[in-house]
Amino acid sequence: MKYMLLIYGNESAILSAGKAETEQRMAAYGAYVEAMKKAGVLLGADRLRPTSSASTVRVVDGKTKVLDGPYAETKEQLGGYFIIEAPDLDAALSWAARCPGASHGTIEVRPIWAM
Amino acid sequence: MRVPMPRESDPARETAERIARESYGKLVAFLAARMRDVAEAEDALSDAFAAGLTDWGRNGVPKNPEGWLITAARRRMVDAYRSRRTAADSVIHLQLMHEELTETAFRDLPMPDERLSLMFACAHPAIERSIRAPLILQTVLGFDAATIASAFLISPATMSQRLVRAKSKIKEAGIPFRVPEREEIGERLESVLDAIYTTFSEGWTDAAGTDVKRRDLAEEGIWLGRLLVQAMPNEPEALGLLALMLYAEGRRGARRDEHGDYVPLSAQDPAQWDNAMIDEAEELLSRASGMGTTGRYQLEAAVQSAHVVRRASGRSDWTAIAAIYDALFAITGSPVVAINRAVAIAEARGPTEALYALDELSGEDCLADYEPYWAARAGLLARIGEVALADEAYERAIGLESDPAVRKFLEKRRADLRKAISPH
Repeated sequence: MKYMLLIYGNESAILSAGKAETEQRMAAYGAYVEAMKKAGVLLGADRLRPTSSASTVRVVDGKTKVLDGPYAETKEQLGGYFIIEAPDLDAALSWAARCPGASHGTIEVRPIWAM
Repeated sequence: MRVPMPRESDPARETAERIARESYGKLVAFLAARMRDVAEAEDALSDAFAAGLTDWGRNGVPKNPEGWLITAARRRMVDAYRSRRTAADSVIHLQLMHEELTETAFRDLPMPDERLSLMFACAHPAIERSIRAPLILQTVLGFDAATIASAFLISPATMSQRLVRAKSKIKEAGIPFRVPEREEIGERLESVLDAIYTTFSEGWTDAAGTDVKRRDLAEEGIWLGRLLVQAMPNEPEALGLLALMLYAEGRRGARRDEHGDYVPLSAQDPAQWDNAMIDEAEELLSRASGMGTTGRYQLEAAVQSAHVVRRASGRSDWTAIAAIYDALFAITGSPVVAINRAVAIAEARGPTEALYALDELSGEDCLADYEPYWAARAGLLARIGEVALADEAYERAIGLESDPAVRKFLEKRRADLRKAISPH
């Protein structure tokens, strides 16, 4: 099955982190991605730019409405995702637990519709 | 599993009913395990039962009716997947096809029992906590939603809705059918133990044994407990639960006299207890206590163990029982445990101290309609001569009791109390 691991975290804390801390985080993500590749589970991944760069679009009564900012103002923001192939939910959950973001924020695990 | 109205001596129907009663969960577990699709397995099985009734009525009951049902249900699942084939379904479809081709080979072999895996799927942390035990009762034991709803005091419509939602979660999230590894077992084991004990208690409360389906439930609970112990011989709480159920089951017969009247534990004749069962329970409990971690089920079993010392000494060890209830209360904080603790205190240290212990509980809302609280209170008040208060408490207990035999017992106690004050 395919799963998406959605990484939620406190964006402002991440952006205001010091150089050493940021380097450490990047290194941890690097090792995590490497481990996923070696295990043959990684199908795709992206890191998102901060929510300050986000816009939302909605078409109401034929009129396009564009707003500045993310879909919802929340304490933790979506910062990126991984798409993995895993035999079952338990396997997906154990990959999610290894994600460096899981120790600071929350990883949402969502199965992906098979097309 | 619902099988339509019985007619007289109909071997097809009798076979179907027997299998529905004895093997429903085994069949569902087997069908659902590979596909991780409980709802689909249940639908397919219920169609297979319907087809079986027609076919067996016409052509006679096959030699291996369970195998017949599995084949029919499998075929129906193949058709279902074939008709709405998606990428994910086609993998499953191929698997089913493959199994269909090879099934003649395994048809006469005993079917692998995957009930334990099914139970752990139902008790997965991704499933909402409160629906785990109901889900196990439905899928493993084939209870209908209405029966489960009444046991859990939820409306049948809500219950069936929540069961459906939980089953689709198993399928869509890809929850595996397997017994978890040692390090992840904690919370999952607890839900499984809970569900087994709920099952057992449902059956055990029917002391008279008049309701066959419920009496089987106690046996079914013990059976599930054995299955668990077999799979996890080093899990002390699993051993504790099995011991607890065996102690209780070993006393089942002694809970009624020859007129079908209720006999409280303190008045039971140990000669009527099932020694083999109780000995097995003692052995399990001592094995569990050698493993170092104690828990709720071991403690409850230890209470039972302190009761059965009566077989040798003639008297329950009430001091030990009161101490175990202290420990249990510390773990659970349950008012039910507190009531039992008060009863033990009464025996160990007298009714006055026990009443103090009960008074500490009087603020609990849930006790207003809890029969054992009022029955215990009535008994204690009677013992210290507070006749009017005791009478009132008996009245409340009688009004809250649903088992006619227990109600009769309480009525007699109350009548005795009144006789004692006005002998004329």
